[in-house]
Amino acid sequence: MGMTMTQKILAAHAGLDSVTAGQLIEAKLDVVMANDITGPMALPIFRQMADKVFDKDKVVLVPDHFTPNKDIKSAENSKAIREFAKDQGLSWYFEQGKSGVEHAILPEAGVVAAGECIIGADSHTCTYGALGAFSTGVGTTDIATGMAMGELWFKVPSAIKFVLTGKPGRYVSGKDIIIHIIGKIGVDGALYKSMEFTGDGIRNLSMADRFTMANMAIEAGAKNGIFPVDEKTEEYLKEHTKKDYHVYEADEDAEYESIVEIDLSEVRPTVAFPHLPGNAKTIDEIEAMEPIKIDQVVIGSCTNGRMEDMRKAAAILQGHTVHPDVRVMVIPATQKIYKQCIREGLLEIFVDAGCAVNTPSCGPCMGGHMGVMAAGEKCVSTTNRNFVGRMGHVDSLIYLASPEVAAASAIAGYIANPEKVGDK
Amino acid sequence: MKALGHVFKYGDNVDTDVIIPARYLNSYDAQELASHAMADIDPEFVNKVQPGDIIVANKNFGCGSSREHAPLCLKTAGVSCVIAETFARIFYRNAINIGLPIIECPEAAKAIEAGDEVEIDFDSGKIYDRTKGTEFKGQPFPEFMQKLIAAGGLVKYTNSKRK
Repeated sequence: MGMTMTQKILAAHAGLDSVTAGQLIEAKLDVVMANDITGPMALPIFRQMADKVFDKDKVVLVPDHFTPNKDIKSAENSKAIREFAKDQGLSWYFEQGKSGVEHAILPEAGVVAAGECIIGADSHTCTYGALGAFSTGVGTTDIATGMAMGELWFKVPSAIKFVLTGKPGRYVSGKDIIIHIIGKIGVDGALYKSMEFTGDGIRNLSMADRFTMANMAIEAGAKNGIFPVDEKTEEYLKEHTKKDYHVYEADEDAEYESIVEIDLSEVRPTVAFPHLPGNAKTIDEIEAMEPIKIDQVVIGSCTNGRMEDMRKAAAILQGHTVHPDVRVMVIPATQKIYKQCIREGLLEIFVDAGCAVNTPSCGPCMGGHMGVMAAGEKCVSTTNRNFVGRMGHVDSLIYLASPEVAAASAIAGYIANPEKVGDK
Repeated sequence: MKALGHVFKYGDNVDTDVIIPARYLNSYDAQELASHAMADIDPEFVNKVQPGDIIVANKNFGCGSSREHAPLCLKTAGVSCVIAETFARIFYRNAINIGLPIIECPEAAKAIEAGDEVEIDFDSGKIYDRTKGTEFKGQPFPEFMQKLIAAGGLVKYTNSKRK
């Protein structure tokens, strides 16, 4: 029987000719990544198994969650992984000022590539599936074991095939498509499974769109989300990485648990209402409701802090000012993106509109710092989770949206249709 | 191995942000984390929980972040087992890796109510609701995971393999 794209990558990394769904395997790892929350906790566990990491080119540390350090405990945690990176001579340690949000910086710096088997102690590690890699989030003990051994056990997942056709409309991007999909299948709709994206429509999706979609595969419970490698992927890889990479394709007779067809031309700007990423409502449904007044807007994160996202938000905000009752945080996801925003004049647009532009960090996404919310406040956020208390007080509300919807809402003061505000 | 305790009952999609909010993740000290367990879904939990108590929930328990702090804070707070219809996959791995027993059992998850006294026999997978006098059978772990649990978790398993 044929294998899915994910199964082929796992088989190759387990040294097996073939694997089937449900099989338990031990696979070799190409990248093992942790951050300033999961990394420090992994170190004492790692030391129970080894003195040296299995490969100093494959273990990656990114302090990005509570950085620039928000308090003394966070500073101690960052210090612990900084010293560890230095002691071990790690090739990839991303210090603030030369760094960014982990899932934006790893592809940008060429640390991850197609065909690889990647684990990260962060649930959104599934982002790198956009490059045609198997990539999944794990916890601290798993990551410590990966750092020590360079391999880890996996249960080979079955898969759901998403056949994408058509071309998305002007204000529809990866964020709208993935919220639409999670709305359709539910927040546990892909539990333990791969989400394999296929179909002609993929050629109409930018790499930024694909990163956003793979990033939120976990919000449907998936083990990983994965895209086939096409010309756009190859172009991206050539521009960003020096690594050799391998292109895998699903077998034609691969078995899928189900097939979901999505016509991208029919997807509308879509917002996830509190408190689940699957509470999807189209902008048309929202416009038929009483206006939902907001207090805060966040544009950034591993989901939507890339250059394309900055450009889309700036195109809408240009020449406008943020509504007087709304605070806006724009957070370019990496230093390179930050600099490109300066070059293209986007920072000026954001500042002139009345946005705070922050240094790359996960910051407000998980209520860490730089935009924590008070009771009763509402936020439109381009991040990935809208759970109870995720961005602050348990009585605050989060609406997940694209950069276009977020920018339009910042101007209007309520959740707004970017088609109505228009860009310049 | 057996567990006996009273039940705290929750619904679908109990996420790791409510189990242990990110504002407490500047520490990985187990006792400190335990003092904030379930803070954003049940602020009274830490005051009420007794050693051996059991959490019963519906679908997709532990969804969201990969933070191992979540199963660790529950285990340290005294929780002896989590029974759910289904678990989110990262929480499932993390729980096994740190030695917090978890059982998938849709029937028990539906029928058992808050406050019930429940007894669990991990060897047989038998779940007995003493309050109601009803019995359920949990899904057994695959053999590999039983080996992992028997070895005392992933670290010990890994070390034993290297010798």
